[in-house]
Amino acid sequence: MSVASLAAVEVDYPGRGKALGPFDLSVEEGEIVALVGPSGCGKSTALRLLAGLEQPTRGTVTRTPGRGETSVVFQSPNLMPWASAQANAALPLELDGVAKTEARRQAADALARVGLSGAAAAKPAQLSGGMAMRVSLARALVTQPRLLLLDEPFAALDEITRRDLAADIHTLWTETRPAVIFVTHNVEEAVYMASRVVVMSASPGRTFSVVRTDPALPRPPHFRTTLEFRSAAETISRDLALSMGCAA
Amino acid sequence: MNRAIIDVAAPLVLIAVLVAGWEAACRIMAIPGYFLPPPSEIARAAVAGAPVLFESAWNTLFMALKALVVASVLACGVALVVALNQTLEKAVQPLAVALQVTPVIAIAPQVVIWAGLDHPERAIVTLAVIVAFFPIFSGALTGLKATDPDLERLFDLYGATRWQRLWRLRIPSSVPFVLEGHKVAGGLAVIGAVVAEFVAGSGGAQGLAWRILESSNRLQTARTFAAVIVLAIMGALLHAALRHAERAILKRLRGR
Repeated sequence: MSVASLAAVEVDYPGRGKALGPFDLSVEEGEIVALVGPSGCGKSTALRLLAGLEQPTRGTVTRTPGRGETSVVFQSPNLMPWASAQANAALPLELDGVAKTEARRQAADALARVGLSGAAAAKPAQLSGGMAMRVSLARALVTQPRLLLLDEPFAALDEITRRDLAADIHTLWTETRPAVIFVTHNVEEAVYMASRVVVMSASPGRTFSVVRTDPALPRPPHFRTTLEFRSAAETISRDLALSMGCAA
Repeated sequence: MNRAIIDVAAPLVLIAVLVAGWEAACRIMAIPGYFLPPPSEIARAAVAGAPVLFESAWNTLFMALKALVVASVLACGVALVVALNQTLEKAVQPLAVALQVTPVIAIAPQVVIWAGLDHPERAIVTLAVIVAFFPIFSGALTGLKATDPDLERLFDLYGATRWQRLWRLRIPSSVPFVLEGHKVAGGLAVIGAVVAEFVAGSGGAQGLAWRILESSNRLQTARTFAAVIVLAIMGALLHAALRHAERAILKRLRGR
């Protein structure tokens, strides 16, 4: 069953022309979909439409989960610098009217799930980039979302940290199996994270191709070294180059 | 030599050289004491008048601090109300600017009359509040509007109400700006208090400005200099204290 979908959506920005579309996208329950494409192809715009942070100029956005059941992890951790990791993670619940002690308790659980139980009292400035991103992930998970939108969450992290976090996201995903849409410009990350990769073409963003990768999520160990991984990555790289109008 | 030692020593050496040159010039040219007293005479006047000067300095400082507290409450309150309503902001902004650009000395005589000639301290505090108001108001308003757009988006996403946004996002975001405003306002409050004391021109308030007026009227120039120096030191100490408080609060807020 489709959890969220975009049907023939188009987004025009006044003075800058068409940014997206017409574009279709649908994510099923328990599925992880990756959106890859060149910079400025409208991947993040598509995500904002699904989050309800932006309205399409034309077309329809459908989303079954309500506001409280949809979470977004942005490119930067977006933490409140004056609040502890725990208070940051508790924010969605507290804004929703959950009592403070209960919200903080659930936030502590969420921090433990992302491996940060020791850093609950730390302020964002005391955390490394990877830890701050984990707090951001804990904040997204604290509401037990049915739809999780990830907007280039690893963009600012180093290679080791992003691989660790990618594997951890899969592990966390198996607990509740939310529908996930993952925006990235990194081909290998897309192949690793998602069972379906949508390659977008640039301005205005449209679907160029869809590539599926077979092994069930979470990935087997050493998935990155398998032939399947390499061939999917190569197909996507080629499509990406073609979508930008140059031969691979 | 250690960089830190040089940094501390350099201004002290410069002051020592200037003071020595001043002392020598006064002696060699036999400049009369009422015109330009040598530093040694100023030091003697400062020591002799120390109890009175410190008491006066305390009076001026106390009035400036009272003004700072009142200005802080008023400015933050008005900024908060204004930040919630754009129309109100448009309405208040020109008045606040007018209040800021009007020299305090121009309105001081009238304020002294309104406050009552028997109560110069009321006029002094009022005038100091007027000059200290703007930097705090302006800082608070800027801070309340300078929230991180990404955090705003996050609050949109979670459907935050106007009050939640104010309490959990805008007020905490404004703290660094408000602190900066207080630092500027602290210095201005002292200036406002001194200007008002000059205009009030009576001994009722017994502040440092009164000591300056009194001694310069009597041609006790060394004593005038001593009072000015105490005033400068007092201003510098207040600024240092506010800067220290600012750093401590920010450190506590951000965890480092």
